[in-house]
Amino acid sequence: MTLVTTPNLTDADGFYAALLAAHKGRTEAESHALNAQLVLILANHIGDEAVLREALELAKA
Amino acid sequence: MPYDYRPYAYVPPPGLTAPEPRHKVVIVGAGPIGLAMALELANHGIPSVVADDNNVVSVGSRAICWSKRSLEILDRLGVAQRAVEKGVTWKVGRTFHREAEVFNFDLLPEDGHQMPAFVNLQQYYVEEYLIERAAAEPLIDLRFRNKVVSVSQGGDHAVAEIETPDGPYRLEAEYLIACDGARSSIRGMMGLDFDGELFEERFLIADIEMQGDFPSERWFWFEPTFHPGQSALLHKQPDNIYRIDLQLGWDADPEVEKTPERVIPRIEKVVGHGDFRLDWVSVYTFQCRRLRRFVHDRVIFVGDSAHVVSPFGARGGNGGLQDVDALGWRLAALLQGRAGTKVLDDFNAERVHGTDENILNSTRATRFMTPDDGVERLFRDQVLALAAKAPFARGMVNSGRLSKPCVYPLGNAPDDAGLPEVSRPGAVAPDAPLGNGWLLPSLAGKVTLLALGCAAPTVPGTTPLAPEVTDTLRARYLGSAERALYLIRPDQVVAARWADPAAADVAGEIAKLWRQA
Ligand SMILES: Cc1cc2nc3c(=O)[nH]c(=O)nc-3n(C[C@H](O)[C@H](O)[C@H](O)COP(=O)(O)OP(=O)(O)OC[C@H]3O[C@@H](n4cnc5c(N)ncnc54)[C@H](O)[C@@H]3O)c2cc1C
Repeated sequence: MTLVTTPNLTDADGFYAALLAAHKGRTEAESHALNAQLVLILANHIGDEAVLREALELAKA
Repeated sequence: MPYDYRPYAYVPPPGLTAPEPRHKVVIVGAGPIGLAMALELANHGIPSVVADDNNVVSVGSRAICWSKRSLEILDRLGVAQRAVEKGVTWKVGRTFHREAEVFNFDLLPEDGHQMPAFVNLQQYYVEEYLIERAAAEPLIDLRFRNKVVSVSQGGDHAVAEIETPDGPYRLEAEYLIACDGARSSIRGMMGLDFDGELFEERFLIADIEMQGDFPSERWFWFEPTFHPGQSALLHKQPDNIYRIDLQLGWDADPEVEKTPERVIPRIEKVVGHGDFRLDWVSVYTFQCRRLRRFVHDRVIFVGDSAHVVSPFGARGGNGGLQDVDALGWRLAALLQGRAGTKVLDDFNAERVHGTDENILNSTRATRFMTPDDGVERLFRDQVLALAAKAPFARGMVNSGRLSKPCVYPLGNAPDDAGLPEVSRPGAVAPDAPLGNGWLLPSLAGKVTLLALGCAAPTVPGTTPLAPEVTDTLRARYLGSAERALYLIRPDQVVAARWADPAAADVAGEIAKLWRQA
């Protein structure tokens, strides 16, 4: 499998809104904590190390 | 009862009065690794002189956790039985965050091994047992209060200048093995770099004697309420001694922290009472470093002189014993003219590989315990927070990944993909019951051809072993295959294996092992 970089969410706007809602009312430190947990949760869900490496590269680029 | 440090006798060495003939091997340092080295060489028929600047065993218990692999090695050296009898056997580790258990591991979930996953035994006992064996071994010349003050090399030998209570003398040897510990002065004399990382953190390491009923398990806490914001470890040893590690922070003053007025209240909070005796207290800063090469012509570095790791993972002493394991049979064969000098390159490559694995694991664990401020701390804390909510995060909680022997990268060693992974080339041959005893001891010290489900061919320089195929042997060596032939090195590491014995070029593989030109 390779990293999906084309649209893959049926309701991208909905997810974006949900993400922001999750952060609403949090301090910056709390937001960082939430994001860190999200990264770990999603990485575990993906499980494919090659895909994760590609994702890391894309984010770093 | 505190350990009774009996001094070993100093005997004026012959070299004080007349030059000594060139020795085969001089070992500098009678710590666990130097002593094990001498015994291992003696097992292979090689005499050695062991020079140590001191005359007592390890002050303080230091290493306490001895791995299954170390016990298998110590068994060949004749001290494993005592170590297991005296030691506290354990295999389960539990990791807590605040009050809650977040992770546990079982280091040996299966039966059918002679040795347990780990025993806890103070380093001074291990050294005492090794010294007793060494003293009874005619091939070993153990010299206390012999301090090596300089080392030089000739083309085919090394020279050590030694100071004794009666003055100096010199020793020549075909090989000098530096087992002079983490602060190796020989490393310094030879101007060798010791590369790696120092962790800016201080740990209080204390042994206490108390009557307690803590189980024989390794307990590790992140941010316990009794030691807020830091980490702590509790581990049982024989003689009602418990090891306690407490993270103190980089700003802690080591001299102040060592004083009983500071230590006792901290420990009272861990164990919940004051009914204990302080046995040994020290404050450490840990490092993960190694020499770039362990073999420097006629001087070979083994144990802490070659590499140091933080103790979370118990990879220091255990790693050093694996150096001994990888060197003994090769150096013996070289000195006996049965092997080419390239066997020392093989030793170097294998142990650099093993050391890097130990450093990697020890570094990761130490970083998890002592994250840098900022994002490192953020992720560490969030892994701990997640561990309470999601099982996947529990395995990411790292309080130390305990010492396991590495699998040596044997490149193009003959292998068969249909055979079980546990016994692949480069791995230590897995133990199994054999008749009334065990498989591993019958593989020790010689090249073995282990034939399962077939007859062992006769090949010069090998000892055949064709046991009846039990369920355990089948599971660990055959899997679904009907037969297999294993070539096993004197250090019990699988060198090659074939599912089709008829096709095996055993003689070719043996020539590779000994690096015969
Ligand atoms: C707190 C702590 C906990 C640890 N826990 C564990 C554990 O649980 N498991 C584990 O496997 N490891 C553990 N270790 C690591 C372990 O103690 C070392 O890896 C081990 O002692 C290395 O043995 P060595 O023989 O190489 O060196 P050392 O034990 O340091 O011995 C070196 C010897 O050389 C002698 N010497 C030095 N210089 C000279 C000289 N110039 N001439 C003559 N003699 C000399 C010294 O007197 C000494 O006897 C721990 C270490 C510490 C500090």
